[in-house]
Amino acid sequence: MTEEKHVLSILVENQPGVLSRISGLFGGRGYNIDSLCVAETTEPNVSRVTIVTTGSKQIIEQIIKQLHKLINVIKVIELTGTEFVQREMALIKVKAKPEHRAEILRMVDIFRCKIIDVGLEHYIIEITGDEDKLSAILSLLKPLGIKEIAKTGFIALSREPKVV
Amino acid sequence: MKLTGAQILMEMLKEEGVKTIFGFPGGAVIDIYDELAKTDIHHVLVRHEQGAVHAADGYARASGGVGVVLVTSGPGATNTVTGIASAYMDSIPIVIFTGQVPTQLIGNDAFQEVDIVGITRPCTKHNYLVKDTNDLARIVKEAFYIAQSGRPGPVLVDIPKNVAATRIDYKPPKKIQLRSYNPTYKPNMRQLSKAVSLIKDAKKPVIFAGGGVVLAKASKELTEFARKIKTPLTGSLMGLGAFPGTDPLWLGMIGMHGTYRANMSTGACDLLIGIGVRFDDRVTGKTDEFASQAKIIHIDIDPTSIQKNIPVTVPIVGDCKATLELLNKLLDKEDLGDLNEKRKQWLDQIEEWKSTNPLAYVQKDIIKPQFVVEKLYELTKGKAIITTEVGQNQMWAAQYYHFDKPNHFITSGGLGVMGFGLPAAIGAQLACPKKLVVDIAGDGSIQMNIQEMATAAQCGLPVKVVILNNGYLGMVRQWQELFYEKRYSQTCMEYAPDFVKLAEAYGAVGLRATKPEEVEKVLKKGLSIPKAVIMDFVVEKEECVYPMVPAGAPITKMLLV
Ligand SMILES: Cc1ncc(C[n+]2csc(CCOP(=O)(O)OP(=O)(O)O)c2C)c(N)n1
Ligand SMILES: [Mg+2]
Repeated sequence: MTEEKHVLSILVENQPGVLSRISGLFGGRGYNIDSLCVAETTEPNVSRVTIVTTGSKQIIEQIIKQLHKLINVIKVIELTGTEFVQREMALIKVKAKPEHRAEILRMVDIFRCKIIDVGLEHYIIEITGDEDKLSAILSLLKPLGIKEIAKTGFIALSREPKVV
Repeated sequence: MKLTGAQILMEMLKEEGVKTIFGFPGGAVIDIYDELAKTDIHHVLVRHEQGAVHAADGYARASGGVGVVLVTSGPGATNTVTGIASAYMDSIPIVIFTGQVPTQLIGNDAFQEVDIVGITRPCTKHNYLVKDTNDLARIVKEAFYIAQSGRPGPVLVDIPKNVAATRIDYKPPKKIQLRSYNPTYKPNMRQLSKAVSLIKDAKKPVIFAGGGVVLAKASKELTEFARKIKTPLTGSLMGLGAFPGTDPLWLGMIGMHGTYRANMSTGACDLLIGIGVRFDDRVTGKTDEFASQAKIIHIDIDPTSIQKNIPVTVPIVGDCKATLELLNKLLDKEDLGDLNEKRKQWLDQIEEWKSTNPLAYVQKDIIKPQFVVEKLYELTKGKAIITTEVGQNQMWAAQYYHFDKPNHFITSGGLGVMGFGLPAAIGAQLACPKKLVVDIAGDGSIQMNIQEMATAAQCGLPVKVVILNNGYLGMVRQWQELFYEKRYSQTCMEYAPDFVKLAEAYGAVGLRATKPEEVEKVLKKGLSIPKAVIMDFVVEKEECVYPMVPAGAPITKMLLV
C-alpha cells in the first residue's frame, strides 16, 4: 500500500468547535495532517477547510467517509486526481548581507515574489506558489541563511467549471 | 408564550414523547429539576451518573426507542462519559442533558465547570453547547433526531444554568433542517442487482448479521431473506436475537468466542453477506485470513463501516430493513433453482462441524457457570431479557442462552464495560415492566455499579442478578492462564462482599447456590420472587470460555475444550 499526498477541500458549517471536530478526528484515528487551512467562503456561515494529508488509498477513503460523518461537514471534495490549482504563501526572513543583496533581489525577480520588509541584516520575502516553487526558492535561499519562515499551508480550488 | 429554558426543555421532552428520564441532580440543573417535578415524566434517580447512561442504554435497547439522561455539570457530566462511550460504540440512541456553569463563567475554571462538549466529542454522534435560550428548542429537536436517525448514537446537549433560567418568547421549533446531515436509507439498485447475482452463484454462502439489524428492526426481513436463499447465519455479539437462535439455519455467534461451526463456515464460505456489522477485530481475528475464500457483500447504513477493516466485493450503503425488503423482492423474481439440492453438501458439512465440536462442558461436583446459564435458559424458556456484565459471564450468556427475538440481549459489545449489566437491566425493566429481566453477572463487574441496587429498590423493580461467582476477574485470568503461564497478576479478588447480605442490605432478596443440585432450586425461587433478587452461584473458579481464538489469529484456528 503506497502512501500518497492528498488534497481535500471540505465545506463546513461555520460553527464553534467544527475545527476541533476535524482535527480531533485526525488525531484520534491516527491520520496525518500535513497542512490545514480554514477561512470563510462567500457564504458567511460556510467555511472551507483545505487539508493536505498522506495515506494509502484505503485510509484516504476512510478519512473522506469519516469527515462526511461529522454532522457539521457539508461536503468533502477530494481534489487529488482531478484538475485543481493549489497555492501556499510563505514569508521568509533571509539574511541579507551586503554582498548577497543583489543575488537575493535577482531571485525575487526570477520567482516573481516580493520583498515586504527590509532590515539592516535581513529581507522578508513574500512568495506564493505551489509546492515545487516554494521548495525551489527555499533551497536557493538556504545557503544564504534563512532566519525564520512562516507558511500558510495549502489552499486549493477545483478547476472544474461547476461550483462545488 | 414566555417560557424559561427549563420550561422549554420540558415542552420539547413532551413533544418527543419522553416518559422516562434517568438522572441525578446538582446545582447547575436545579432549574431544570424544578420544572421536571411539575411534569408527569418519570424521573429515575440513579445512584451514580454512569448508571444513568447505562440504564438509558438498556431502556433504549429493550424499548427500541430513545433513552434520556439528565445530570449536573462538572462531576455529574464526567461520570457519564463511560456510559456515553459504550452507547457510542454500540450505536444506541441516547440524548444526554448536562448542566453547565452560566455562560459568563465558561472558561474561567468556575466551580464544577468542565468542558464536557470537548471531552465527549470523540464518543458522541454529535454534541451541543447551548449558548442562547433561543436556540434551545431547535437544538433539542435536532439532538433527538440525530440520535435516532441513520446509524443511531448518543447526542449530548450541554445547558448552562442561565440558559435554563432565562425567560424568552417561546415559539415551537419548525421542521428540522440539517443541510449537512442526510443519512442514506435507500440502497443503490445497481449494487443490489450485483448482490443478487452473487447470491445466485454462491454454493457455500453464509450470512453474518449484526447489531445493525436489531437497530433497524429488520429481523423479520432478515429471517425471510435467509430462509428464501436457504443460507445459514452467524451473528456478532450485538446481532444475537436478530435471527431466531433456535432455528436450524442458526450457526451461533462468530469470532473470538464464536462456535466452531460459525467460525469454520466463515472460513470456508464462498459468499459472506454481512448485514449491519462492522467487522470488529473480535469478530474477524486476523483480517487477511478472514473469509478468505469468499466474495463479500456488506450492507450497512454507515459508509465508514464499509471497507474499513475488510475489503468487500459489493458494498451497499443503506438501512438494513429497506435493503433487505428490496433484496427479498428482487430475489422473488429470480429462479434460484432447487435450493435443497444446491445447499445439501454445504449444510451437511456444517452439520458435521456442529457435531465434531459443539459447545460443551462437563458438570461434576462443582457448579459450572455454563450449567447455570443453560438452566436459566430452560427455566425462562428463552423469553427473558438478558443483560450482561463483561468478561466470561458475558460470553457464557452469549453462548448458552439462545435468543429468538431481537432486543432481548443487552450487552456492552464495543466498549465492553464492566458494570453495565445491572443499570442496563433497570432500564430494560422500566421499558418492559411485564418482562423478566435478568443480569448475568460476574463477581467483579457487579461491584462496579452495585449501588444501582438502591435504584431498583426505590423503583420497586424486580430485576434479577445471576452472579457467576468465580472469585476472579475471570476473563483476564483466562488470558493469563493461556498466554501468560498462569501468572495471575491482580486477577484474584481475595475479598468479596457477601452478596446475599448485600442484597438484603439493599432491600432485595439474596440467595446462594454452592452445589450443582441447588442451581435449579435457587433459580426457580429467585425468578419467582416479585422483587429484586441477587442469586450468588459459587462456580468453578478456573473455568475457561471455549472455543477461543487467540487475539490476532485467524478465527478458524480455535483453542477448543
Ligand atoms: C471497566 C472495565 N475495567 C476493566 C475491564 C477489563 N476486564 C475485562 S473482563 C474482566 C474481568 C471481569 O470479571 P468478572 O466480572 O468477575 O467476570 P468473569 O470474567 O469472572 O466472568 C476485566 C477486568 C473491563 N472490561 N471494564
Ligand atoms: Mg469473576
